[in-house]
Amino acid sequence: MSEKLLEIEGLKQYFPVAGSKKVVKAVDDVTFFIKKGETLGLVGESGCGKTTTGRSILRLVEPTEGKIVYDGKVIFDSASGTKADMLPYRRKMQIVFQDPYASLDPRMTVGDIVGEALDIHRLYKNRKERYEKVIGLLQRVGLNSEHANRYPHEFSGGQRQRVGIARALAVDPEFIVCDEPVSALDVSIQAQVVNMFEELQKELGLTYLFIAHDLSVVNHISDRIGVMYLGHLVELADAEELIFHSLHPYTRSLISAVPVADPKTARNSKRIILQGDVPSPVDPPSGCAFRTRCPYADERCRMETPEFREEAAGHYCACHHLDRVGA
Amino acid sequence: MSEYLVDIRHERLSFFTPAGEVKALNDVSLRMKDGEVLGIVGESGSGKSVTAYSLMGLTADNGKIIGGEVSFNGHRIDQMVEKEIRRIRGKEISIIFQDPMTSLNPVYTIGNQIEEAVRVHGDKSRKEARARARELLELVGINEPDKRLRQYPHELSGGMRQRVMIAIALACEPKLLIADEPTTALDVTIQAQILELMNELKKKLGMGIILITHDLGVVASMCDNIAVMYAGEIVEYGSCDDIFYNPMHEYTKGLLKSIPKFQEKEYSKLVPIEGQPVDLLNPPKGCPFAPRCRSCMRICLSRKPERMEFGDGGHYSRCWLRQKEAFEAGGLNGMPSVGGVTVAGAAPAGAIPNDAVSAGSGMETAVSEKPEGAFPQETREVDS
Ligand SMILES: Nc1ncnc2c1ncn2[C@@H]1O[C@H](COP(=O)(O)OP(=O)(O)OP(=O)(O)O)[C@@H](O)[C@H]1O
Ligand SMILES: Nc1ncnc2c1ncn2[C@@H]1O[C@H](COP(=O)(O)OP(=O)(O)O)[C@@H](O)[C@H]1O
Ligand code: SF4
Ligand code: SF4
Ligand SMILES: [Mg+2]
Ligand SMILES: [Mg+2]
Repeated sequence: MSEKLLEIEGLKQYFPVAGSKKVVKAVDDVTFFIKKGETLGLVGESGCGKTTTGRSILRLVEPTEGKIVYDGKVIFDSASGTKADMLPYRRKMQIVFQDPYASLDPRMTVGDIVGEALDIHRLYKNRKERYEKVIGLLQRVGLNSEHANRYPHEFSGGQRQRVGIARALAVDPEFIVCDEPVSALDVSIQAQVVNMFEELQKELGLTYLFIAHDLSVVNHISDRIGVMYLGHLVELADAEELIFHSLHPYTRSLISAVPVADPKTARNSKRIILQGDVPSPVDPPSGCAFRTRCPYADERCRMETPEFREEAAGHYCACHHLDRVGA
Repeated sequence: MSEYLVDIRHERLSFFTPAGEVKALNDVSLRMKDGEVLGIVGESGSGKSVTAYSLMGLTADNGKIIGGEVSFNGHRIDQMVEKEIRRIRGKEISIIFQDPMTSLNPVYTIGNQIEEAVRVHGDKSRKEARARARELLELVGINEPDKRLRQYPHELSGGMRQRVMIAIALACEPKLLIADEPTTALDVTIQAQILELMNELKKKLGMGIILITHDLGVVASMCDNIAVMYAGEIVEYGSCDDIFYNPMHEYTKGLLKSIPKFQEKEYSKLVPIEGQPVDLLNPPKGCPFAPRCRSCMRICLSRKPERMEFGDGGHYSRCWLRQKEAFEAGGLNGMPSVGGVTVAGAAPAGAIPNDAVSAGSGMETAVSEKPEGAFPQETREVDS
C-alpha cells in the first residue's frame, strides 16, 4: 500500500449565521486520506461542502474541529491545540480555483501573476532566472513567452485557467486542491485542461484533491472518489467501484442522474429521480442528512447518524440499511 | 405560409460594436416542425442564443438582422416591428433562461408574476387568472401551490424557481418554448427532475421546444434533432442518432471525442480540440473550424464548405473532407455520389469546385497531417 500524503480526521467547519445564534455546518465530521501521487475526486451538489473541505485542509479557513496530518506531520489538531506554522506548507500545498476570471488580478500581467508566487518564496537568484522560470512555467501549461506581457482579460477562459495552474506550479508544490477547475470551460477546452492536469501529475508526481460537481469528469481523472451530501462524506471508494458498484442511495441517484451523451443509453436507462431539494445546512435533518430524500429512510434514520464505515476493502459508506438498498 | 413552425433561411445577424462588426450569425438556415424538440449545441459564443432570440425579435439594440428570412408560425419576424412581435412573444413563443433568479422579479410574489403572464395575452379576470396560476404550478410539479403563490422568488430553491419560470412560459400555451441552458445552473439531481418535467410537458401539451445547451448529455436524452453551431454557422444538422452515431463534421467528431465516457470501464485519454474559439470580429474566410481542424486542407482556408446531405432524413454537414471522400469514393464511377451521399444543390458534379479536385490543388492536407487514411470507414457506411 502506498504512503498517505494527507490524512483528515473528524474535520468540522461551522460558520456562524449572521444575525442569529445558528451555525452552518458546511463540513461535518469528515474523515479520509489521500495517497501520494493519487487523485482523489470529491463530488456532490452545490453547497454540500466540497470547497470548504478543500479550503480547510489548506487552512485558508481555520477548521472548527478535527485533525489534519500532512506528510506525517500534524498541521492542525483541535484536540491537542496544534496549529503548525503554515508558511513552509504553503509551498507544498496549492489551490486552483473554479473561476479563472475572478482569481487573477486584472491589473497584473500574466508574467507577474506567475512571478509573484516566486517572489513570495524567493525562488530565484536574479531577474534573469526569474524571467526564465516564468517563461518555463508558461510553456509547461501550453502558453508561451509572448503571453507573459499580456493581461488576463486578453485571454480566453481556458487560457486563464492555464495561467492559474502555472501560478500554482510556480512554487513546486506536491499537493494541489483543484476546486472545479474545468467547470467554467467549454467541453472542447475542458478536455485540454483535464489532459494537462493528468500530464503534469505524471511528470511532477503531483497529488490532487479534485473537486467537481460533474461526475463524468471526476470519474475520468480520479483514482478514488468521495461523495459528499450536506457536509457529510457519505461514500468513498475506487473510482470504478464507486461508479459501477455504489452502495449509498444518494450516490446511486447521483450516478443515475448524470446525463449520458449516448442517445440509446439515455432512451433505455431508467432514472432514479430524487424528490425534493437539498435541505439547508443551517437546519440539517436529524440522524442521516439524506433521509428527507431517501426512499429507504425509516425511524432509525431519523434518530441516528449512520457511521462512515469500511464496508469492503477500501469502500467506505455511511448508511444504516445497506441490506435493503441491495446490490 | 410555411409548413414549418420555425423556418429560418440564410439569416445573417451582426452586432455593431466600437471594436467593429461582430458577425454573430453567418448564413444560418434552420427548420423545425410542430411539436419537435430541437437541440442547439456549440461552444460559448457560437451563436446559439442569438439564433433563438432572433426568432422572438429579441436582439440587442446594437444588433441587426442584415440578411435572410426569419419565420415563426407563419410570421415574418424579421419584417415585423417591436409592437407586432410583442403580441406573439409570450403567447405563441416563450422562453426560459439559465438563471431563473435574474428573470423573476424579486419584489413580486410568484402568484403575481404568473397571473401577470396569464392576463397579458388573455381576457381573464383576476380570479380566473389566479385559478390558472394555481393550475400551472400543479402542472410543473410544485406541491402546496397555494402557499407558493404567496411566496417571493428568494424563498424558493433554484429548482423550484426554474419550475416557476416554466409555469410562466407555459401560461399562454405557446407553440414553441425556447429553453436556453435551462438546467446549467442546477445540480444534477435537480436537473434530472427538470428534464423529466420538460419531457412530460412536451407529451402533454405537444409544443415544440428549442433546447440550447453545451451539454451533449442533455441533448442526447431530450432531442429529436440537433443543430451543431460553430462560430455563427450551423456546421451540422441531423437527428439525435445521426449526430451521435454518424457525425459528419470534423467539429462534431471532435466534440464527441472530447467528452469523458461515463459508462465505459476502460480509461481512455480525452482527445481535446486544440486551439481557441474563433474571434467573430475576424472570422476565418473558409471553414470557421479550419484553424483548429486536424484534417484541414488548403481549400478549407479559402472557401466556405458547401452543404452536403447524407441520406434523406435531413442530415447534412458543411465539411470539405466529406465532399472529398464522396468524390474519391465515387470517383471510380466518375460521380461524387456514394451510398446515399449526394452533394446538395442541383448539379452534384459541379458542387465540388474545380480548383478543389484537380490534381494537387487544395484538397491535400494543408495545416497538419491527416490522422487516418483518406477514406474513413464511415463515409461508405453512411446509409447502412
Ligand atoms: N449585444 C451584443 N453586442 C456584441 N456582440 C454580441 C452581443 N450579443 C451577442 N454577441 C456576440 O454574438 C456571438 C454569439 O452569442 P450568443 O450569445 O448567441 O452565444 P451562445 O452560443 O449562446 O454562447 P453561450 O453558450 O456562452 O451562451 C458572440 O460572439 C457574442 O459575443
Ligand atoms: N465563509 C462562509 N460563511 C458562511 N457560510 C459559508 C462560508 N463558506 C461556505 N459557507 C456555506 O457552507 C456550505 C458549503 O459550502 P461550499 O463548501 O462552498 O460548498 P460546495 O463547494 O460543495 O458547493 C454552504 O451552505 C455555504 O453557503
Ligand atoms: S441511513 Fe437511512 S436515510 Fe440515510 S441513506 Fe441509509 S437508508 Fe437512507
Ligand atoms: S476538413 Fe476542412 S471543412 Fe471539414 S471541418 Fe476541417 S477545416 Fe472545416
Ligand atoms: Mg464550491
Ligand atoms: Mg447563450
